[in-house]
Amino acid sequence: MKLAYWMYAGPAHIGTLRVASSFKNVHAIMHAPLGDDYLNVMRSMLERERDFTPVTASIVDRHVLARGSQEKVVGNIIRKDRQERPDLVVLTPTCTSSILQEDLQNFVDRASTSSDSDVILADVNHYRVNELQAADRALEQIVRYYLEKARKRGGLNLSMTEKPSANIIGIFTLGFHNQHDCRELRRLLKDLDIEVNQVIPEGGSVEKLENLPRAWFNLVPYREVGLMTAVYLEKEFGIPYISTTPTGVVDIANCIRQIEALINVWTSILVGEERDYELYIDQQTRFVSQAAWFSRSIDCQNLTGKKAVVSGDATHAASITKILAREMGIRVSCTGTYCKHDAEWFREQVQGFCEEILVTDDHTEVGDMIARVEPSAIFGTQMERHIGKRLDIPCGVISSPVHIQNLPLGYRPFPGYEGTNQIADLVHNPFTLGMEDHLLEIFGGHDTKEVVTKSLSTNTDFAWNLESQQELSEIPGFVRGKIKRNTEKFARQNGITTITVEVMYAAKEALSA
Amino acid sequence: MPIEVSETLTFECETGNYHTFCPISCVAWLYQKIEDSFFLVVGTKTCGYFLQNALGVMIFAEPRYAMAELEEGDISAQLNDYQELKRLCTQIKKDRNPSVIIWIGTCTTEIIKMDLEGMAPELEAEIEIPIVVARANGLDYAFTQGEDTVLAAIVHRCPQHHFTGERKNEKQEFVPSLPLGTDKSMESNEQSPPVLFGSLPSAVASQPSLESKRQSVHVSGWLPAQRYTDLPTLGDGVYVCGVNPFPSRTATTLMRRRKCKLIGAPFPIGPDGTRAWIEKICLVLGIRTQGLKEREQLVWEGLGDYLDLVRGKSVFFTGDNLLEVSLARFLVRCGMIVYEIGIPYMDKRYQAAELRFLQDTCNEMGIPMPRIVEKPDNYNQIQRMRELQPDLAITGMAHANPLEARGINTKWSVEFTFAQIHGFTNARDILELVTRPLRRNNNLEFLGWNDLVRLGR
Repeated sequence: MKLAYWMYAGPAHIGTLRVASSFKNVHAIMHAPLGDDYLNVMRSMLERERDFTPVTASIVDRHVLARGSQEKVVGNIIRKDRQERPDLVVLTPTCTSSILQEDLQNFVDRASTSSDSDVILADVNHYRVNELQAADRALEQIVRYYLEKARKRGGLNLSMTEKPSANIIGIFTLGFHNQHDCRELRRLLKDLDIEVNQVIPEGGSVEKLENLPRAWFNLVPYREVGLMTAVYLEKEFGIPYISTTPTGVVDIANCIRQIEALINVWTSILVGEERDYELYIDQQTRFVSQAAWFSRSIDCQNLTGKKAVVSGDATHAASITKILAREMGIRVSCTGTYCKHDAEWFREQVQGFCEEILVTDDHTEVGDMIARVEPSAIFGTQMERHIGKRLDIPCGVISSPVHIQNLPLGYRPFPGYEGTNQIADLVHNPFTLGMEDHLLEIFGGHDTKEVVTKSLSTNTDFAWNLESQQELSEIPGFVRGKIKRNTEKFARQNGITTITVEVMYAAKEALSA
Repeated sequence: MPIEVSETLTFECETGNYHTFCPISCVAWLYQKIEDSFFLVVGTKTCGYFLQNALGVMIFAEPRYAMAELEEGDISAQLNDYQELKRLCTQIKKDRNPSVIIWIGTCTTEIIKMDLEGMAPELEAEIEIPIVVARANGLDYAFTQGEDTVLAAIVHRCPQHHFTGERKNEKQEFVPSLPLGTDKSMESNEQSPPVLFGSLPSAVASQPSLESKRQSVHVSGWLPAQRYTDLPTLGDGVYVCGVNPFPSRTATTLMRRRKCKLIGAPFPIGPDGTRAWIEKICLVLGIRTQGLKEREQLVWEGLGDYLDLVRGKSVFFTGDNLLEVSLARFLVRCGMIVYEIGIPYMDKRYQAAELRFLQDTCNEMGIPMPRIVEKPDNYNQIQRMRELQPDLAITGMAHANPLEARGINTKWSVEFTFAQIHGFTNARDILELVTRPLRRNNNLEFLGWNDLVRLGR
C-alpha cells in the first residue's frame, strides 16, 4: 500500500479508452463498476467534446460478483453493435474487473460471432502499467489487429505512395495540445512537400488502418504514445520511423534532416530527384520563427543564467529542457519526468543540459526539490503550477496532467516553427511575471494598505526636488507610478511637502516594514 | 419509443447503464464538513484518478484525505493488509493527528474481501484513534449514497442518550445559539428534541435549525456534527429526521440499531418542502405551527422573476444523485412539467412522504405525473429526450456538452449536490441553477447557433 493523493499518470484503462475513443466509430465497453466512466466527463468537459463519448460501461455489480458477467458483457457488446453500428468494439477491463479473473477473451469471442463489428479485448495490466503505457499498447494492439486481418484476407497493399508520405502516430484525445500540434505537424510536412498518409488514432478510421504501410515513414511526435506502433510497423513492414520531437529550433532541424535522409533513399529512385531542406530550415529558423531572434534579443539576454526547474512527461520535459538550456541560455537547475519507464532515454536526452535529474512520480518529491532549488520559474504540469503558487514562483504549464485551461481554444502548438514562438512566450512570461513581482516588492509592494487618492494621476501638490525626480525616473516604468503614489502617501501622512531622495527611501522602508 | 402519460406515479427500472459519480466522492464534502476527520480511501489508482479529477482544485489545498493505493502485492496477499494499514494510519496520526480516521472501502477491497470491519477495532485499539469503516463502493452504491454509508457507520459511534436531567444540560451545548430563543422553545426541550441527519454545509445547517426553532422545536444535534467529537447522543425514543433523500441506510440503522423514531417527512428542499418538513416534525412532536404558511408565501413572492422564466417549461432528470424526486416536486410546484425522473435508487419507504407530496403537487398543479425510472439507461434516455425535446435536461457532465451541442439545454446535476439548496432562504439558489441555461439562452437566442453538431457522424 502506498499513501497518495495525487498522481501524474492515470490508471491503465484510461489510456486504452483515450486511444479507442479517438478513433472514429470505435466503441469501448468498460467492464467496470458504477462510476468508473469518468473519462466521459473529462472528454465532455476538458476536451469540450460535442459528441457523446463512445465509451459505455458494462456494470460490474453484486449480481455480477455472484453469477459472473458473461451474459451481461456479451449482451452489452451485441446491444452496442446494434445501437451504434461501430466498426470496432474494444472491451476494456478495469482494475476492479481484472481481479475477478473472468475469461473476458472468451466473452469477446462469443460476442464477435453474433455482431457485425469487430470485437477485441484490450490488453491492459492495471498493476504494472500506467495510462500512457497502456495507451501505447492499445494503439499497437488495434493497428496490429487490422493489419493482420488485412493480411489474412490477402488485401494488404504494401506499395509506397507515389509521392513521399508520412503517418503521424500518437495524436489522441485529452493529449496535451495534441490538436494544435497535429495541425502544426501537418503544416510542417506540407511545407516539406510530404503528404500525410494517416493520422492515428485521433479522427482515424480503423477500416483504413491497412493503408498505414503505404507511408514512406512514420513520425512519432510523442514518445509516450505511438512508439510501440512505430516499432511494430518497422519490424513487420520495414517502415522507418522518426521519434525526434520537432519541438524547439534545433530539434526541428534535426527532425527535418532525418526526414530528408529517409526519403532521399527512395526519391532518387522513385521521383528522380533528391530533396534538400537546408534552405527551408535556414529561412524558417531565421525569419519565420521568432525564436532564434528572441534568443538573440535583449529580452532573452536578461534571462541568461536564471534558474529554472522542468518537470513533466518525458517528451515535453526533455524538449523544454533542451530549449531552455541550448536555445535561451537559461540555467536548468533540475529537470525531471514522471515517466519512470522511460528514464534511461530521458537521462540521455537531457544529459549536459541540466545540473540535476529527478525521475519520480511522487509529487511531494518534486515539490521538495523546487523548494530547495528556489528557481525563478518552473515549467511543469498543473501540479507544479500549484506548487509554484504555494512558493510564489511563476510556472508555465508544459505537459499533462492538465486542467481545462490547458486545452485552449486558440492555436497553441508546441512542435514546429509556430510552436517555437509559443514556447518563447511561454518561457518569457513566467520569468517577467516573477521579475515584476519581485520589483514591486522591492519598491514597496502593491497598494493594498489604504487608498489616499482615488485618482491614478499624479498631479499633486508635492514638490519633487531634482534628485528625487532623477531617482524616480530611474525606476522601471511599470512600477514608477506606484512608487510615486506610495511616496506621496507617505509624505502626506508625515506632513512632508518637499520630496527628496531621503523621503523616497523612508517611504520605501516604511511600506516594506 | 412511445411515451405514455399516467395518472399516478409510475415506477420503472431499466438496465442501470447510466453515468454517475463513484460514491467515494462523498469524501470531498464530508472531509470539509467533519473538520477533525481524515478519510483514507483504500482502493486503486482508478479511485485516486477519479477523486483527483472530480475534486479539481480542492486537491491542491492539502485535503484531509488520501488514498491507500493498493499495489500488486496487496491484491495477491503477499503483503499483510493489517500491517500495511497500520503503517499508513500511524503516519496519518503523526502528520495530521485527526480525531477519527474513516476508511472508505472500495470495489477492490470488496472483491478481494479485505476485512476492513474486522481490522478496524484492532487497529483502533493499537493506535488509539477511532477508525470508522464505510463501504462506499461502486458495486453497491451511486454517488451521494456514499455519504449514506459513512453516516450509517458513524451512527454506531454516537454516544448513548439517557433521559436524565444531567444529560439534558449536556445536550444543550449542541443547540446552536440562535437569537430567536423564546421561553416556549425551552419548554419544547422537555419533549425529546429531534436529531437531524444529513451533511449540510454549516451555513445551511443552521437554517433548518433556525426554522424549526421558530416553531419551538429545538434541534438537539446533527449527524454529522461539525466535529467528530461533537456527535449527537442517540437512543431509545430519540426522534430523528433526514434532511436529504439519500441517507436511507442511515435511517434504517438509526431505527434498528439505536431504537430511534424516524420522522418520515418530505425533504426541506424548496419552500414547499421546507414547510412540509417542519409541519411534519411539529405534528409528530405535538407542536402547533405558527406563521409557516405566510412564511412560505413570502418566499414564493420573492421568487417571482424566476418563476416567470420556468413556468410551463419542461424538465428531464437523467438521474444521478437521488435528489431528483425532491427537486422535481419543487419544480412542479414552480409550474414546470417534469417528463421523467431518473434516479439511481428509489427507497419507497424512506421517501414515502416525498413521493406522496410529489403526487399531490402534480394533482394540485394539474400537471401529468412524471415517470420515475430507477437504474436508468442513459442511451434510452437520450432517445426519449430526442423525442420529447425537453426545455431542460438535468444531467451529468458526461452528457451535458453533447446535449447542448444538439440544442438541448442542460444543467449539470452535480451542482445540486454542492450548492446550498435546503430551507426557505435557499430556494432562490435552486432556481438560480435551474434557470441559468434558460437565461443564458435568452441572451444568445437571436444568434441562431443552437445546433452545433456535424451531421454524418
